[in-house]
Amino acid sequence: MDASLNGYALATSGLVKRFGALAAVDGVDFRLPHGARHALIGPNGSGKTTLINLLSGTLRTTAGRVLLKGEDITRLPAHERVARGLARTFQINTLFPALTPIESVTMAVCQRRGLGPVLYRSMKSCRDAIDEAYGLLQQLHLDGDARRPTKELAYGKQRLLEIALALASRPTVLLLDEPAAGVPQHESSEILAVISELPKDIAVLFIEHDIDLVFRFAQRITVMMAGKILCEGTPSEIATDQQVRTVYLGDASYV
Amino acid sequence: MATTAAAQLPALSDEAAAKALFAERARWRWPEIAYWIAVVLCMFAFPTHLMLIAQVLITGLFAVSFDLLVGYAGIASLGQAAFFGVGAYTTGLIAHNGWSEPITGLLAGALAAGLLGFVFSILVSRLTGIALLMITFGVGLLIYEAAHSAHDITGGDDGLTVGNLSPLLGLFPFDFLGHTAVGYTFVVVFLAYLFARLIVNSPFGLELQGIRENVRRIPAIGVPVGYRYMVAFTVSAILAGLGGALLAQITGTVALGFLSFDRSSSVLIMVILGGIGTLYGPLIGAALYMVAQDRLADLNPVYWNFYIGLMLVIVVLCARGGIVGGIARIERAVRSRWTRR
Repeated sequence: MDASLNGYALATSGLVKRFGALAAVDGVDFRLPHGARHALIGPNGSGKTTLINLLSGTLRTTAGRVLLKGEDITRLPAHERVARGLARTFQINTLFPALTPIESVTMAVCQRRGLGPVLYRSMKSCRDAIDEAYGLLQQLHLDGDARRPTKELAYGKQRLLEIALALASRPTVLLLDEPAAGVPQHESSEILAVISELPKDIAVLFIEHDIDLVFRFAQRITVMMAGKILCEGTPSEIATDQQVRTVYLGDASYV
Repeated sequence: MATTAAAQLPALSDEAAAKALFAERARWRWPEIAYWIAVVLCMFAFPTHLMLIAQVLITGLFAVSFDLLVGYAGIASLGQAAFFGVGAYTTGLIAHNGWSEPITGLLAGALAAGLLGFVFSILVSRLTGIALLMITFGVGLLIYEAAHSAHDITGGDDGLTVGNLSPLLGLFPFDFLGHTAVGYTFVVVFLAYLFARLIVNSPFGLELQGIRENVRRIPAIGVPVGYRYMVAFTVSAILAGLGGALLAQITGTVALGFLSFDRSSSVLIMVILGGIGTLYGPLIGAALYMVAQDRLADLNPVYWNFYIGLMLVIVVLCARGGIVGGIARIERAVRSRWTRR
């Protein structure tokens, strides 16, 4: 339909999600170039998380298309999008409480390596997968907690595990839904360090409420408002945009 | 090998310890080894109770099959007896109609149950929680009543006489004291147990646990939940069917009770009593349940369920993780006191 969308890591055209009469996402055309650092901001209820859920396949679209590296993935279930290089994290920790980080991440690595359906081989013989998982845990400062059940980890560590699980699938596009939400100040610097050290070839789209963080990491920013894209631009363009200032950066007249 | 490694490294590094977790999880526990040794000892110590021992083993296998579903994959079901019964009826009917070779008959029963499990899995692949409980319960009832009404084929209320089996491997005739039966059952159940153990310690088994822990999250790491459910149901049904087929062969009859709701619900009790999600816990739970039932029914033929209920309440309230959970806690307490000294 639109060949110009093929050059992007991730793109949408006319994306719509309706819940009954409410259009939570209402005709979004969005483009994420390869290797981008892109922030998605907007007031509560503006449709940011719904958009992420449509991109990742957690929700089904009502209308429109999602393209991953030019391939139409609109109808693919979430797990097949992961196999094609699209990974995400969740705003609220949704992990595997009784499993340890080494188990969770090894599980994700095994799945990527095609070992998921294998039931005749022991886990302990999957040394390469275990080594790779441990490497990821080290990279995300989780190696000290590798053997503790996830439910016993500090909240910030659980946020890091969210990212580790996403990275285990070796994504080309990574969607981070408020990666530092709810994390106390002294733990959040660890998460920021991890995000800034993400490989440059991964395109990262992140939702964030912390404006400092947005302006620090984003090359471009998209502002959403009532299910639509209000505007898009570089951080300095967004910071000086009068429309954005009124609706988002705190104008008392807007509730 | 492990001892030399330990000798070289006074304490495992974090890295080695983390990577060793999978080997630790797969290691044989002493209560697990004790169970199998106890079974063998009982065979020699109670030569007049060989049939009871064989039935304890079969019920153990049935509990293991259910633990794969409920303990590992987190799929609650109230219809596990359907697989057990279909395995038993298939094997029974094959022998009843003249095919007396036991091992092919046994495998046919397991296969039929596996087929049913596969069909089941397609029915339930989009359901969870109460809906899943109701569907498994409903299908269990359907199959029960189908067997009930198909009197000409299954014998209905009268049960089905399996008929004589030819000697096992052409060498061991099935004697009425149960020597062949218990040996045969022991080998089949032990092999099935090794198979179940292999599965739970495989990458597939790890994903089942991931599904149990968070079925909504796991697609985001690429796991197709529907396919995993299919395999889990099919394998669980094969193992349950194997149990039913064995029981049909060694007792020589198949009754409607093989398919009953009572069997589906008591297996849940055994799994919880023994320790859910451990495989060997349900083996032990099944043995305890069967022996308790046998003893209590002697003591008080009418109200024995009272004591089963009491046992369940005590275990759930006082020993989280069932009997094996309790054993592990006592072991840890003793060990920490030992090292402090």
